[in-house]
Amino acid sequence: MRTARAAAIVLAKELRLEFRTRELLNATIVFALVVVVLFSFSFEPTSAESRRLGPGLLWVAFLFSGSLMLHPSLGREQVNQTLDALRMAPISSFAIVLGKTLANFLFLCAAEAVLVPVFAVLYNVSLVGVWGRLTLVIVLGTVGLSVTGTVFSAIAAHARMRELLLPLLLLPILTPLLIAAVEATGSLFAVQATLERTWLAFLAGFDIVFLTASWLLSDFLLEE
Amino acid sequence: MKARILITMLTAAVVFFAGYAALFIAPDERTMHEIQRIFYFHLGCWTAMFTALTIAFVANIGWLVEHKPHWDWLSVSSVEVGVVCCTGGLITGILWGKPAWGIWWTWDARLTTCFVLWLLYISYLILRGLIEEPGRRATLSSVFGIFAFLDAPLVYVSNRLWRTQHPAPVLFGGPNSGLDPIMVKVLMISMAAMVAVMVIVLAERYRLERLRHEVDELRMVCQARAALSGDPAPSPASRN
Repeated sequence: MRTARAAAIVLAKELRLEFRTRELLNATIVFALVVVVLFSFSFEPTSAESRRLGPGLLWVAFLFSGSLMLHPSLGREQVNQTLDALRMAPISSFAIVLGKTLANFLFLCAAEAVLVPVFAVLYNVSLVGVWGRLTLVIVLGTVGLSVTGTVFSAIAAHARMRELLLPLLLLPILTPLLIAAVEATGSLFAVQATLERTWLAFLAGFDIVFLTASWLLSDFLLEE
Repeated sequence: MKARILITMLTAAVVFFAGYAALFIAPDERTMHEIQRIFYFHLGCWTAMFTALTIAFVANIGWLVEHKPHWDWLSVSSVEVGVVCCTGGLITGILWGKPAWGIWWTWDARLTTCFVLWLLYISYLILRGLIEEPGRRATLSSVFGIFAFLDAPLVYVSNRLWRTQHPAPVLFGGPNSGLDPIMVKVLMISMAAMVAVMVIVLAERYRLERLRHEVDELRMVCQARAALSGDPAPSPASRN
């Protein structure tokens, strides 16, 4: 309970910080749009082709923008040594990690909420009737992305070349998440939209495994 | 020193015998013939890799629990050796895939898993190179190592659900799967040989890491003494 309250306070701090400038969110959304637009030149974006290639495109755009936007999460605490101040607070390390994970989750969801409708319009993919299920898939995928991304952002924050290092560490770990999310999204984009339970369960399993790992290892992540 | 030479000689003999057995003693395979003989080394590489990476996982946990430097030496050594075995496994697999399947590579569950593992552990080594401070390097790379090891079964399961072309397990895979009894013996010998080679290289690498640590400590003592007596400290160019 104490952890939940502390995490909520860290989350509020992160949101306040971001909404003062909104620079991270704006840059991420524009970057994701650039990726989506560039993909349109790599194949003929007819409706049938988009249904086939769209899910992969969408998730690669999410993963790329995630791996870029997650870096400042702990990276910007380094500039004025504010991480030391956070560490001195009488709260568990997991509360800090959890608060930051939730903040990153909300930022990513905001970026995805802009990106998905734009994608649907540009690539002629109808989302009528699959909104709810698509949201479920995206939320489960984004949880996994923000959990692993926040942990790795804390790892990369102490290294040289950290901007390059984070995608290098993060993207291979996300292979199973990418496969499951793309397959689930693909089945929703099909003419006969269905959602396979297996992939949902797999995404949930991925989230649980890494959330547990980050809970167990959070003390080491932030130790001085 | 004597024991090390003796063990190395013994392993060399086992490796030599395993090579001979794989090429001349093992019976001919019905469909793939001679090509199939790479199998003994291919599976040997993977056994050695999984052993090395499991040791690395244990060493990562060991460091986080105890914070004793020998766990860190063990984890970096075993990851390096594991990556070499993984490279060997991938290369023998590619060489075998072309004549057996007609293609060099396919994105099947086991191939993809091993390739992703290879990428992950190379990232682990890159990560270690980019963190200066030894204690922090050990802790953060251990956390990453644990995440990477946990990811392996997930990569495998996701690919398994998705698509697979690699043959089903031939050992312990059910009543109709299985190898000729002589093949099994040869396979066991070559797996033992590859694991023994891996262990010897790992032990040497571990020794190297320990010596490196000792040199670093001695250098720090020298610098401290020089600073106390007022002499100029050794120049940074003398490092490495």
